[in-house]
Amino acid sequence: MINKLAMNSFSGDQSFKFILLSSAAFILMLVAGIVITLYYYSSLSLSTFGLEFITGSTWDPVSGEYGILPFLIGTLLTSIIALVISFPLSLIITIFIGEYFTTGMPNTLMRGAVELLAGIPSIIYGFWGLFVLVPIVREFQILFDIAPYGVGIFTSAIVLAIMIIPYSASIGYEVIGLVPKELKEAAYSLGATRYEVIKNVTLSYSGSGITAGVLLSFGRALGETMAVTMVIGNSNLLPGSIFGPGNTMASLIANEFTEAANELYLSALFETGLILFIVTAVINILGKIIIKKFVSGTK
Amino acid sequence: MKAGNISYRIVKDKIFKYFIIVAAISSALPLLFILYYIVSNGISAISWGFFFELPKPPGEIGGGISNALIGTIILIVTSSAIAIPPAVLLGIYLSESRNSMVSNLVRNAVEVMQGIPSIVVGILVYAWVVEPSGSFSTLSGAIALAIMMLPIISKSTEETLRMIPHYILEASLALGVPYYKTILRVILPSGLSGILTGIIISISRIAGETAPLLFTAFGNPFINWDITEPSNSLPLLIFNYAGSPYKEWHALAWGASIVLIAIVLLLNIISKIISKKWEVKF
Amino acid sequence: MGSKVLKIDGLNVYYDQSHILKDINLSFAENTVTAIMGPSGCGKTTLIRTINRMHEFTHGARTEGSIKLYGKDLHQIDPILVRRKVGMVFQKPNPFPTMSIYDNVIAGYKLNGFKLSKIEKNSIVEGSLVKAALWDEVKDNLYKKGAFLSGGQQQRLCIARALAMNPEILLFDEPTSALDPIATDRIEQLINELKAGLTIVLVTHNIAQAARVSDYTAFLYLGELIEFGTTKKMFTTPKNKKTEEYLNGKFG
Ligand SMILES: Nc1ncnc2c1ncn2[C@@H]1O[C@H](COP(=O)(O)OP(=O)(O)OP(=O)(O)O)[C@@H](O)[C@H]1O
Ligand SMILES: [Mg+2]
Repeated sequence: MINKLAMNSFSGDQSFKFILLSSAAFILMLVAGIVITLYYYSSLSLSTFGLEFITGSTWDPVSGEYGILPFLIGTLLTSIIALVISFPLSLIITIFIGEYFTTGMPNTLMRGAVELLAGIPSIIYGFWGLFVLVPIVREFQILFDIAPYGVGIFTSAIVLAIMIIPYSASIGYEVIGLVPKELKEAAYSLGATRYEVIKNVTLSYSGSGITAGVLLSFGRALGETMAVTMVIGNSNLLPGSIFGPGNTMASLIANEFTEAANELYLSALFETGLILFIVTAVINILGKIIIKKFVSGTK
Repeated sequence: MKAGNISYRIVKDKIFKYFIIVAAISSALPLLFILYYIVSNGISAISWGFFFELPKPPGEIGGGISNALIGTIILIVTSSAIAIPPAVLLGIYLSESRNSMVSNLVRNAVEVMQGIPSIVVGILVYAWVVEPSGSFSTLSGAIALAIMMLPIISKSTEETLRMIPHYILEASLALGVPYYKTILRVILPSGLSGILTGIIISISRIAGETAPLLFTAFGNPFINWDITEPSNSLPLLIFNYAGSPYKEWHALAWGASIVLIAIVLLLNIISKIISKKWEVKF
Repeated sequence: MGSKVLKIDGLNVYYDQSHILKDINLSFAENTVTAIMGPSGCGKTTLIRTINRMHEFTHGARTEGSIKLYGKDLHQIDPILVRRKVGMVFQKPNPFPTMSIYDNVIAGYKLNGFKLSKIEKNSIVEGSLVKAALWDEVKDNLYKKGAFLSGGQQQRLCIARALAMNPEILLFDEPTSALDPIATDRIEQLINELKAGLTIVLVTHNIAQAARVSDYTAFLYLGELIEFGTTKKMFTTPKNKKTEEYLNGKFG
């Protein structure tokens, strides 16, 4: 290992090293500042409600009662349904790009489409969802004799799923691109068909990488705000069904933050942010650790 | 491999292949229709005036998004100015101190920052800047966006610099060039295209961010050049007008969506060109 | 041959716990070529890196003993100055990819912030390229990037870059191991010409090369200096059995 920060008699080196170290210190302080700020602003809510903040199902600013169970459930439901919808689709795209068409026109087109879709800002997906998806869902609800809200948990899960597909597909083809060629060739030389190689070599070898991709996509879905807030119906009650309106933690903050007229209300919203932050940070770090292990395992 | 009837296995293989092709195309196509829908709805709103005029009150046809366009540009420029210097330095730090305890801690901090939900960034900057200063402002919005850019730029800088072969560094050191001059004059220029690409990608990511601006830049019906005053932005305008009951405003929002997508796309293309054209061969 | 330019006394080098070089005593005479030979991993690179203090960039590297340049302890001299007086040419040609040929040659001045007039620069560039036997091949392409040059030309460009600093000593670490025989031949000729102006230390695995170009040879084995003497003598009548085995290709 080369220690490139080795001392040198020129003072320029000392100051440069100092500047680099201060940028590192800055980022550590920033993250510490984030945690401390969220905690500080949450402290009133934390001390007032304790655990009931999480288990309570009433969110009523008028009576000063704050429980985020409806939003926790809403967040988990939208994200999990979105994952269930997007996982097979992004896996299919992954296999298309990563196995069948690794070069050539189909590859360029499909990758281009994926990158194009990944570039569309979430607010626009929400806008589209509101004007196109909501009426369609409403038609179906009338058809199946369900209360025709149009908006709701399921609708936002679909929008989320659409947004996640390009993201998880791009992780996907990076991951399966790391599967060693020799392994696949060994299987082919034993007479395996392509399908068998994909199933028994590519996918089973990259299992942990794909798991990490799912985790990272999940983290994305949990924190997504704008697309969801436009189509979920923003109901602060416990969701009655996945086809009815609900709300998520991120969307709750977006909707109510500017209205938070008193300290406890604001504090409750900050605690919601704190919880969201912790959950996404844990999921992200976990995902990154798994990916790192996977990548170093392929070398 | 399981032994089995060979022709059965071959048929299965064929079926799987066609299934993947059909399924991949039929899941990508509808998604592309989203894009088509946006364009077909918004294209009629776009004219010269669209870029230079302010939005008109509901009921009046026409009007433009100049306030949001200028707001977005100012937000991008300001947030870049805030984020780029520390982010690049951090990238250099990470690439130069690969495996110490501290650098791994810093690396995890960057990871955490990258995962922060954008709405949480919004309330943080509200607490740090908006509340103490007593008003919403363009600057606070730019700070929120800068926080989102920082991890993206520093990670891409780190990755770029790590790819530069070690012997380039040694060549300079062996000429008696001090370490810091080596980094600034040899290593950074060699990684310039990668670093620029990362910066442009980070801009294209934050150009469409709405949530961090809700409680910071806040929105403004007029053109604003003063960074201590609230400002509009394209995504804020889309959000506000999409939720309004007026058809004319919806049309503006669709038009703004096209502009926003075009900006993002353009930035992505520029980043591709830079990374291809300016690529340094080692 | 002339006086001793560099004198190494009781040199020990450690990487963390492992003892890499053991009690090395060695000196290099002015205007000579000294070959350093020995099997892979015996510490040749480590030895020459301590001579221009490049080892200080290696984490956990530690030295004991003294190295004197013209009688002055290396560690009393600023490392930056040491590296200007003791140039280095690496195994793999490493011109700066972002710079033109011209800029590569004066890189040592430019990167260090020396202000030179255009005339001075031109004369340094031409002089160094001439000394490195590259001038005729590149004089029409001075402002192009060096990437289009062949491996051998790139290596001579790196030599020109080192010569531009007017070093007293030039260290070569297997400079031809990445080159074809013709390019190797050019470099060997060049080394022969260069020794009139400076002192050369050449690490090589190539026994024939050492025989062709060096005046003295040092044989290292497992971090110890086994034998040192004139090349002629060592190649004809090696004192040590290990040296003999190595020269006869028994290991290495
Ligand atoms: N940075 C380092 N950290 C720890 N040990 C090292 C380091 N660099 C080299 N070594 C060890 O020091 C010993 C000598 O290495 P050195 O590179 O000097 O050998 P060499 O004679 O130049 O070999 P080669 O002919 O392969 O170039 C080797 O055992 C090597 O493993
Ligand atoms: Mg070596």
